[in-house]
Amino acid sequence: MAEVVERAATTQAAEMWVKCPECATLAFRKEVERNLNVCLKCGYHFPLTVEQRLAIVADRGTWRQIDSELKASDPLGFVDSKPYWKRLEEARAQTGRNDAIVTGTCEIEHEPIALGVMDFRFMGGSMGVVVGEKVARLFAHARRNRLPVVLFCASGGARMQEGILSLMQMAKTCTAVARYRDLRLPYVAVLCYPTTGGVAASFAMLGDLNLAEPGALIGFAGRRVIEQTTGERLPPRFQRAEFLLEHGMVDAIVPRRKLRSTLANVLRLLKNSPRHDS
Amino acid sequence: MALDKKNNKNHKHARSGSESADSAAQISRPSAIDRVKLARDPRRPQTLDYIERFIDDFFEIHGDRRFGDDPAIVAGIGRFRGRPVALVGHQRGHSTAERIKRNFGRPNPEGYRKAARIYELAERFSLPLITFLDTQGAEPGVGAEERGQAEAIARNLELMARLTVPSIACVIGEGGSGGALALGVANVVLMQENACYSVITPEGCAAILWREATPDKVAEAAEALKLSAHDLLKLGVIDEIVEEPAGGAHRDYEGAAYKLADAIERHLVKLALLSPAALRRHRERKFAAMGKKFLVTKNVAKVSVFN
Repeated sequence: MAEVVERAATTQAAEMWVKCPECATLAFRKEVERNLNVCLKCGYHFPLTVEQRLAIVADRGTWRQIDSELKASDPLGFVDSKPYWKRLEEARAQTGRNDAIVTGTCEIEHEPIALGVMDFRFMGGSMGVVVGEKVARLFAHARRNRLPVVLFCASGGARMQEGILSLMQMAKTCTAVARYRDLRLPYVAVLCYPTTGGVAASFAMLGDLNLAEPGALIGFAGRRVIEQTTGERLPPRFQRAEFLLEHGMVDAIVPRRKLRSTLANVLRLLKNSPRHDS
Repeated sequence: MALDKKNNKNHKHARSGSESADSAAQISRPSAIDRVKLARDPRRPQTLDYIERFIDDFFEIHGDRRFGDDPAIVAGIGRFRGRPVALVGHQRGHSTAERIKRNFGRPNPEGYRKAARIYELAERFSLPLITFLDTQGAEPGVGAEERGQAEAIARNLELMARLTVPSIACVIGEGGSGGALALGVANVVLMQENACYSVITPEGCAAILWREATPDKVAEAAEALKLSAHDLLKLGVIDEIVEEPAGGAHRDYEGAAYKLADAIERHLVKLALLSPAALRRHRERKFAAMGKKFLVTKNVAKVSVFN
């Protein structure tokens, strides 16, 4: 009994406090949450859940989800240490959603937009047929309704358990972006921790503007693979947002507290195109 | 390809039975990892071997006009059975010296950007585009990351999607990941019978999902990835399997080139009937449909073509 009480107390303590992985500062979870999940001392950006992201970005009460019913099957009958269908079931149970992205519409400072937010907790945010389809449908929806698109990317890349079909989602999403672009509507991609592999090498890097969260890991090949192939030890900030900015691969690193106003600003600036010839 | 629902339901029970049947069939059918080895065989004909055999007046371009020239990707213009065409392909190299020079066919960003120049040229001059896919994947290097290979690949996917000229991609060896797909968003995707095409190499897949790339695990990963031409045809990812001469393309370059050229021509003739806008739409619909039949909206447990 005492043990149970003790354990409950430790869990409670663990829930009340968070430790910053960057500077190891302990802080009250509530206080960090009030600070948009940014470390009060060093500015480390904790990864956000989809709900937290929506709460920060969307005007209150404006979020409407689309295509939430879409689910993956197991087209290859893929089994590694576990069957893929079992992994899917576990991820669904853990996250309460059907796959690694939510899409829909909302407003940012009263600007209506089409919004996608990837969920890294769902199998590492990996892109299989469902993510590909939902991204493609989001762009189609935005095209029909003449909405700007904002996409928060957080993904390890293609979902290997769907094999070649996951690779094909790169082509599918880029095809959708190409068609959307013809309408001269803005697409802003926000690259969060992490945006790598097949997601980085498709729709994530195709924004008219590419923003990044501070410290976000962004790149194509994995760090370990590069180290193994080249035999080089890579600097710790390799493939981080700051590294990408330096190399001309993102437009700006936007701290979380400025994200909403930055998005609203650029969307307003790109909105009033004088040409309506498409 | 209709899905056998009954079979789906009984999938779990059916599997153990079909496995023993499979192993009996294995005697005549090479295993997945053997296919990968065959696809990688440096003796197999590569992009330049095919260009030499069925492209006349070939003019090779060099450089991306930004940083450098990538020998892992060959690009240019030439004449295919009388018609001017645009060409892009990976070149892995045959000899050790050539393979090193060409970085084993693993492109750097400059390669994709050189390819992009040809895609734009094809569009401006209404040249049909023929590409050859033959790479294990993008170069996993510091420089490649610094120079934005993710962006370079993504840009190629969009550029290829936009083309209003006919495009045909031929998977002639090992088609691996984004490095291959950057040449692969085409109206028609042909695949030679001993080629393979996958989201990741079996080695990479085993290292990530099985946490070790031992030969056993690599073979298992190769099997699981469903990367053979026949698997891809079932999945709807490729349009046609191009036969190879007996024993494989490396046994008879002329024969392999002849069969591939015939298939290309047959499809080019068909695509020539489509208007520029229709060509783009055709490609768009093709890729929009990728994997769509495996989506589930209700509570169906499993959909698979491999039962």
